[in-house]
Order: sequence, then C-alpha cells, then structure tokens
Amino acid sequence: MSSRTCFESLQQYGLRALGREFGAPLLPRGADISLCDQIVLIGSGLLWNVYFAVVAVALAFFFATALALGKNSHNPLFQRPSAAFIFLFRGSPLFIQFFLAYETFTLLPRVGIDVNLGLVTLAADTGWLTRAWAGALFVLFLNTAAYTAEIFYGALRSIPRGDLEAADAYGMTGLTRFRRVVWPTMLRLAWPSYTNEAIFLFHATTLVFFSGFPAWQQSGDALYYARYFADQTFNPFVSYPIVAAYFVALTLVIIMGFGLVNRRLNRHLPRAVRSRLKIRPQFIR
Amino acid sequence: MFSFCADPSALPTWQWFACYLTSGTHLAFYWSFGTVLLLMALAAPSALLFGFGGALAARSHILPVSWIGKTYVAMVRGVPDIIFFLFVPIAVDQAVEYLMHQVRCPDWAEPIRRGSDFVVCAAAKVPLSSAPRWVHDVYAFALALLAFSLVFGAFAANTLYGAMQAVPKAQLETGESYGMSRAQVFRRILLPQMWVFALPGLSNLWQILIKATPLLFLLGIQDAVYWARELGGAKTSLFTYPHPDWRLWYFLALLVFYLLLTWASGLVFERLMHRVNHGQATAAGERQRRGGRG
Repeated sequence: MSSRTCFESLQQYGLRALGREFGAPLLPRGADISLCDQIVLIGSGLLWNVYFAVVAVALAFFFATALALGKNSHNPLFQRPSAAFIFLFRGSPLFIQFFLAYETFTLLPRVGIDVNLGLVTLAADTGWLTRAWAGALFVLFLNTAAYTAEIFYGALRSIPRGDLEAADAYGMTGLTRFRRVVWPTMLRLAWPSYTNEAIFLFHATTLVFFSGFPAWQQSGDALYYARYFADQTFNPFVSYPIVAAYFVALTLVIIMGFGLVNRRLNRHLPRAVRSRLKIRPQFIR
Repeated sequence: MFSFCADPSALPTWQWFACYLTSGTHLAFYWSFGTVLLLMALAAPSALLFGFGGALAARSHILPVSWIGKTYVAMVRGVPDIIFFLFVPIAVDQAVEYLMHQVRCPDWAEPIRRGSDFVVCAAAKVPLSSAPRWVHDVYAFALALLAFSLVFGAFAANTLYGAMQAVPKAQLETGESYGMSRAQVFRRILLPQMWVFALPGLSNLWQILIKATPLLFLLGIQDAVYWARELGGAKTSLFTYPHPDWRLWYFLALLVFYLLLTWASGLVFERLMHRVNHGQATAAGERQRRGGRG
C-alpha cells in the first residue's frame, strides 16, 4: 500500500505534468500507487489537454475565418489553395498528420534552415518543433483550422440573401459590410457546429503523446498517465474511468462556455425566436 | 521476388528498388492495408447493429431501457474515443479470463488480483498460451473490432435516433389508421423512410471511421502505421537493404492512401444520396422531381 497521504500526493504530483522540476522526479510505481496518486497525476496531465485545446482553437479561429473567406472567394488564387488545404487536413487522419509532422520536424535541424536577411544569415533553431508543446500544437492548430474553416464556409454560404441586400442598401461595402453583417451572421449560423468541433478537438488532444511526440521526463497528458497507471497496476478499471470523468466534466464546461457566447451572438433576436444552443450531440467532423 | 535480387548491394538503382519494394516485409506492409480495409468492412455493419440497438433502446417506452440507450450515446460523446479504444480491449480481455477462471478452476484459492498483477489459472487464459500465433492475432483483432463497434455504434445510434424522429409523424399515424400494428408501422413506414435522414450523418460517420483506423496501431495490431514505422526507420549495413530514415516517405504514402479513401467514399455517398432522395418528401427529393434527373 502507498505510504503517501492524499495531501502529499497533491504536493508531489499536482504539477508533475509540467516537468520533473515541478514535483517528485519519479512517478509512483507498482504497489506504491494510491487512488489519490492516480486522481492527482491524471488531473495534472489534463493541464496539457487544456493548453493544447485552448491555444489551438483560439489561434485557429482567425486562420479558419481567412480560409473560409478564401474558399468562398471568386478569385482562384485564393480559392484553390484554401480548398486544397481544407481537403488535405479534413481528408487524412490526425494520427497520420502527427507522425508526418514529427518526422518532418526531426529532419529540419539536420537540413538546417538559413534565413537570409540580406547582410546577415540567421540560422533558425528548429529543435523546439520536435517537442510536443510546439510541434503537436502546430498540427492541432492546422487540423482544427481546416475543420473550422469548412464549418465557417458552410455558414458563409447560408447567410440569408436579405441580410446582404440590406447591407448593400445601407451603402456598406468592404470591411464595414463584413464586420457588421457577414461576420456576425456567419458566426451565429456556425456556432452549434463550431461548439461540436471544439469538443472534438479537445478530445483529439489525447492523441498527442501516442503519435511520435515523446513525453519528456514522463510529463504527458491525462491519457498518457492513465495508460501508465493501467500498465503499472494491470487494472484498467480505475485509471480509465478517472480520465473519462475528467473529460466529461470539461466537455460540459466547453458546452456551457460556448452556450454563453451563443446567447450573446443572438441577443438582438426577440426572445421567442432566440435559439438556445441545443447540444444535440452531432457527430459531424 | 525477382531472380536478380540475390545480391542487392551490387544492383543499379531501379533494380534495387524493385527488389526492396517486393521484399518479404514489404509484402506484409501491403497486406496490412488489407487489415485496415477488413476492419472498416467489419466495423461498419457491426457499428450499425450496435447503433440500431442503441437507437431502439433510446426510443423504447420502457423507461429504464430508454435510459440505458441514452446514457450509452451520451457517455461515448463526452469521452474521447481513444480512451475507449485503450480501455475496451483490456477490460473485455480481463472480464473473459475472469469468467473462464470461475468456470474452469473453481477450487483455486488465491486471489486473481494480487497487488499489481492479474493472475488466472493456465486453463483460463484466452486464448490458451499453447494456441498457435494466428489465434492470438485473430483474438486481438476481434477485441479491437469490438472497441470500434462500441464507439461508432454510439455515434450511429445518435444518428439513427435523430433520423427516426425526423420521419413525419403524419405518415406513421396514417399507417396506424390503416390498422397496422406498431411493429408493422416500424417495418413498413419508419424503416424505409428513415434512411434519407440518416444518410448524411452515416456518411460522415464512415469518414470518421476511416480516419480512426490508424488507431489500430495503439492496440498492438500490425497495421499499416506499424509497418510504416518499422520499415521506414534507418537500416544499417547489417540489413539486406540499408537505407537512411525514410519514415517521412512511408507516412506520405499512408497520407495519400487515406486521402484517396476519403475522397472516393465521398463520391460514393454522393451518388447514394442521389438515389435515396428519389421520391422523398424532402427539399432534395423535390428538386429531383422538378428538375427531371436533377
């Protein structure tokens, strides 16, 4: 049985996922593993899942808007590359994308990137791209940008014609028309599917440490620790339900957060028409 | 494979590649694409079966049954699928061995779970440790298939449930007014009509299923990802075909394979949708009626 109290587990493993310096250097092993250790360490790994999901979704939001506008544009110079990018990332498994990106990143330093700035040549260090915090985040960013762009593109195409005609009638053009009419309507139409995509991406962050990106100093995400415990204790019936419970709770938080934004997006509508964000779980990805 | 392959080190480039790409391990690599396709071919119908069960349970008038159906769908939604892929095979494996242990070795005194070990008597091992290798492979594959069916069954249950709800109530009531029983209404009216509502969701599910198949690798099955990593890694001159780290190219090949697969199934579903829409009381069906061949 474990010699630690729950408080000691929290002290030693609460931030262990961030690295060796943030807690006990070694993970608990074999019979020394207590229930508290599992709950604390898996929760600490969750920090990575949240980090990946929040940063990737937040950054991808802007890129996806640009991609959606690109795919919707009449100029083939914008339309073709956007459509190709979306097809590439939506048509292939995220798992393969991770492997491919990791292999590419490990080759980079050997090839060496020399950025020529005219007088001086900068040798860019690309080693950090092979680390999960940057490399995997980059892949997740591109991946969710493609999916989100497709959602936004669909929404752009279903903006009611009347709204656009009204904007024209007011003499709005260019950026004003986009900012005041097109963009808010697009967001409002896309929001339920976008919520769904955010949940999917959050769940996809569990793939990171199974896909080539190594967990340095045994600091990984929630599922990495759950699997570690399942392997150590040979008992899947404790650690996997714990990680599942964490994910259910955080999924509910995502739904609530996106629901609040949804309320704000629809605040101009009369109360009866205003649609509550119905999370009929859609498995659209 | 070819007669000139006896000494690859002395061959010109194209012959070297011809020998390299037809070596025994590469043939295993090509077969592993068959494993992937087999998984998809088996997982799709069995997930549909699970989905049907789930949807019918969720629609049931018996409250506990409907709770079970709804919990099944909601639970798989809130939890990442990878957790199920990791959990289900090992959990089912242990459950089966536990049951076998109770049946075959009833007078075994020691506990099964000792500290960090799970020990059953030799006769309760599934498959038996004396079984040939292919039995172990098939068993591992079956467990993976079960995990895929469970997860995608929940997804499909949600889609089918929505599709059943979307069939116009008036049509079902018409059936009842003709004196059909509930089973008859289900079989003759609901079932044929629901597909048009279910198909967009199911086609999307199929695409997700395709993109989930590389996860077989995590379950220790020698699938395409396994071989790509194995074959692509740098080989020293100790090997018959030495080469530097080529994993990038192998994964590019996998990427192309999956892109082709998703692209082709997108086309198939488009045609299928066109056929199912025929004569339906939906916008697309109406468009087809007006525009001739639409």
